[in-house]
Amino acid sequence: MIALLQRDLKLAIRAGGGFGLGLAFFLILVVLVPFGVGPNSDILSRIAPGILWVGALLSCLLSLDRIFQLDYEDGTLDLLATAPLPLEAAATLKALSHWLVTGLPLTLAAPLLGVLLNMPSEATLWLVASLALGTPALSMLGTFGAALTVGLKRGGLLISLLVLPLYMPTLIFGAEAVRRGTEGLPTGTALAFLAAITAGCAALLPFASAAALRMNLR
Amino acid sequence: MSIWEYANPTRFMQTSGKLLPLVSVLSFACLIVGLVWGFFFTPDDYRQGSTVKIIYLHVPSALMAINAWMMMLVASLIWLVRRHHVSALAAKAAAPVGLAMTLIALITGAIWGEPMWGTYWAWDPRLTSFLILFLFYLGYMALWAAIENPDTAADLTSILCLVGSVFALLSRYAVNFWNQGLHQGASLSLDKEENVADVFYFPLLVSIAGFVLLFLALVLLRTRSEIRLRRASALISRERLS
Repeated sequence: MIALLQRDLKLAIRAGGGFGLGLAFFLILVVLVPFGVGPNSDILSRIAPGILWVGALLSCLLSLDRIFQLDYEDGTLDLLATAPLPLEAAATLKALSHWLVTGLPLTLAAPLLGVLLNMPSEATLWLVASLALGTPALSMLGTFGAALTVGLKRGGLLISLLVLPLYMPTLIFGAEAVRRGTEGLPTGTALAFLAAITAGCAALLPFASAAALRMNLR
Repeated sequence: MSIWEYANPTRFMQTSGKLLPLVSVLSFACLIVGLVWGFFFTPDDYRQGSTVKIIYLHVPSALMAINAWMMMLVASLIWLVRRHHVSALAAKAAAPVGLAMTLIALITGAIWGEPMWGTYWAWDPRLTSFLILFLFYLGYMALWAAIENPDTAADLTSILCLVGSVFALLSRYAVNFWNQGLHQGASLSLDKEENVADVFYFPLLVSIAGFVLLFLALVLLRTRSEIRLRRASALISRERLS
């Protein structure tokens, strides 16, 4: 298991593309927003948490089709399916490594980019907390979407149509936690729901992903 | 005699062939009676005026939009557990009908909302969750369209339907948390003393029956054509082999 995780991480970092790309996309998105809505700092600071959450969502989406596609093409996935390690565990590890190379860096970069958007300082803590709680769910859901579309030649567009609706509850609770935190309201409910979504995803989605992979490999 | 006999496509085609004209005629009769009664022979509401009459389209279509997804969920489960092809095809056939129902509910709601709320669209929980449901239908249909092997497509869309149901439900409650609504509460419910007034209630029931039957007729029709399509492609590939 550790070996698989190490292999995925090394591939993601050394093979280029996946690791830096999501982060660069996140940066570009944040730079584009002020051009779109104007440089007025009041407006920017009001929408900053929402923009950062949506940006994290989209950057996550960008690298999803790489989760299984390369392994599917060179046959590694067939080996994983016949290996003694259950496919459910392999799917969990894939989601974990996806989170380590996209979700975690995004969470850490978000406060820096928040400075660019003039985000109020009290929002920073809540943003990091909600991203840290919510992005694992994004990776889990993304792995499920990638497992559904692994056999397709052009799965990239389809994956976004499948996965983005599934992302909505996470986005709602995540952005709501930041908004309430910034206004000084209690954030416990939103963060608890966010944690519940992540826990539920971690418990159930590996089974759905593994089932979808088996159907695709048949 | 059990319901599983209809898992046999020949059996299903026989029965549905007999049932389809009956259901279609009944559906049209109910729709015509319900809508004409509702549109022309009920009084205007004292606050909403004649705009209240859109309820005869809005409520039944919204009801069927959710029930169509429920039907797809049940059919997907049957496919995953018992692997009856008719069930998978019925789920496939129901999706565009459900999508159309969602769209009707959204559009009639927007038309009603303009004079009443002063806006076509508000980010109200009910409206938003219907928009999300619309996106789920789109994703489900896109996945069906993208995969060539019909059995794999049925498997994967069934799984998507299961996971999607959980998240659609979750979104429904998440948006409640996110924004307070303009939309009124349920107009009809079984356990409530106060429903809409009787003058509106009976034509509404008739048009709901009309929409249920219309949904049934369309799903039967589409399932039949899916079965025929499957047969035709089987014949073509057999021809090619020989």
